[in-house]
Amino acid sequence: MPHVTAHFGPPRLSLSFLAVWRRNFLVWKKLALPSIVGNLADPVIYMLGLGYGLGLLVPEVEGVSYIAFLAGGTLAYSTMNAATFEALYSGFSRMHVQKTWEAIMNAPIALDDIVAAELVWAASKSCLAGVAILAVIAAFGFTASPLALAAIPVVFLTGLCFAALGLIMTALAPSYDFFMYYFTLFITPMTLLSGVFFPQGQLPDSVQLIASALPLSHAVSLIRPLLLGQVPAQIGLHLGVLVLITVLAFWLALGLTRRRLLK
Amino acid sequence: MPLEIRSLVKRFGTGPDAREVVRGLDLKLERGECFALLGPNGAGKTTTLRCALGLAEASAGSILLCGLPVPAQARQARARVGVVPQTDSLDPDFTCAENLVVFAGYFGIPERDIRPRVPELLAFAGLEGKDNARIQSLSGGMKRRLTLARALVNKPELLILDEPTTGLDPQARHLIWERLRRLTAEGTTILLTTHFMDEAERLAHRLAILDNGRLLAQGSPREVIAAHIEPQVVEVFGDWTGEGATSGAAAWAARHADALSRRCEISGETAFCYTDDAAPLLAHLAHQPGLRTLHRPANLEDVFLKLTGRELRD
Repeated sequence: MPHVTAHFGPPRLSLSFLAVWRRNFLVWKKLALPSIVGNLADPVIYMLGLGYGLGLLVPEVEGVSYIAFLAGGTLAYSTMNAATFEALYSGFSRMHVQKTWEAIMNAPIALDDIVAAELVWAASKSCLAGVAILAVIAAFGFTASPLALAAIPVVFLTGLCFAALGLIMTALAPSYDFFMYYFTLFITPMTLLSGVFFPQGQLPDSVQLIASALPLSHAVSLIRPLLLGQVPAQIGLHLGVLVLITVLAFWLALGLTRRRLLK
Repeated sequence: MPLEIRSLVKRFGTGPDAREVVRGLDLKLERGECFALLGPNGAGKTTTLRCALGLAEASAGSILLCGLPVPAQARQARARVGVVPQTDSLDPDFTCAENLVVFAGYFGIPERDIRPRVPELLAFAGLEGKDNARIQSLSGGMKRRLTLARALVNKPELLILDEPTTGLDPQARHLIWERLRRLTAEGTTILLTTHFMDEAERLAHRLAILDNGRLLAQGSPREVIAAHIEPQVVEVFGDWTGEGATSGAAAWAARHADALSRRCEISGETAFCYTDDAAPLLAHLAHQPGLRTLHRPANLEDVFLKLTGRELRD
């Protein structure tokens, strides 16, 4: 079946993806403030609510206050959410509802570049939201280390990873309703298992094994120590897994999108 | 040459489920002409365009777009082509002017080059002063015109329009036709698909009728009419009360049409009689009580219906 293999060939990328990225950025710029507030409000409310509320019951976790523990997890999972929402709902709108991709493909821009632009854009948007959350965390004094700045590139990589995973769903989705499965079956359980709200050591051994393979676990393992002013353990492993998942997921998402649109 | 398609075949699916949508199509556009691709729904028009643009991979055959091989150099070729797609794909998050500027960006045209041309492009589309209008505030006709303006940001050699006037009111259609004629007068080559025969007859220097993925006829509108159909048509309809019975035009046709015309087709309540000389037929009909007639020269629609049949397609 030559057509199937052709769809899953390696990406052919060019710099023209920047024009598509810029399009998304220009739209975002129009509504930047509500967008940032939207991405900020939910995680910050959870962080402060759980942090101060539960924090009364849990005086210390792994040697720091509960809210300082929660700050790193919050940054990681809110980045995941922002990238996922953008790749799913906004990406699907542009691909399927508004036919934006179709219009762009009539210009000298290939589908590969459009999907790459969506990947990088969703990561960029999640990173912008992440920086805002980091600023709030710093303003509340939950991080004081300059090492926290090193979390920003990790946030971007986390965004890339979840954008790539999300684009697989977008390529398969018949309608918006489809995304509900992705959230209830993948994103929500992962948020609970990845050490965002409590240390993974609390989980049963067998669950720990699965949990430690989840991409969000690797993001948390990098971001939390950086916010606490520590150099993360096993940096290479965590970065490597995130990069590997990003590459594989993007390759799969691109193949599925080609199969969907180039016929 | 703006477009040259040779022996194009496009199949969907594989094995026993494969559907052949385009079956060995040859097409050659001359510089500066307006070429119309006619066909019923599902004939393969849009698939042919998608292959020509390199958005769908041909199963067999070769395509040269603006002299460049497709799909190998499709992107470079598309840089010299403008496209007005069938479905609205304007960017709802941008104003009219922003739609043009952002789209020009996809061609690598910097903002400082496209901004000064925006008023001229909007004026061409009959949208003077709509620079800051939101897309949601535009009517269907205005959106289609803005899409036409968008397709011109790169000053294309070849403009491809997929059913450009479907769903538009007569005023909007006439404005689009006038603009397309202006473009061909300025040297732009146009390829359009349509199922409006009057659109093809008015606009096209040459046309092709496509059905089931094959070209059934090709040439200037006059040539196609002359080659494929008798020059005169008499449409017969009404209640036939002659020869002792009250019945329709079909009953009349069953008894008399063969003797008085070369060919007769029944569609609904009407008999279409095709003939080289309508005089004997009209003389006969003048004495048939209840029947009414319309005598006219054959047109493209007659050819189209003869070649593609009268049954519904979808």
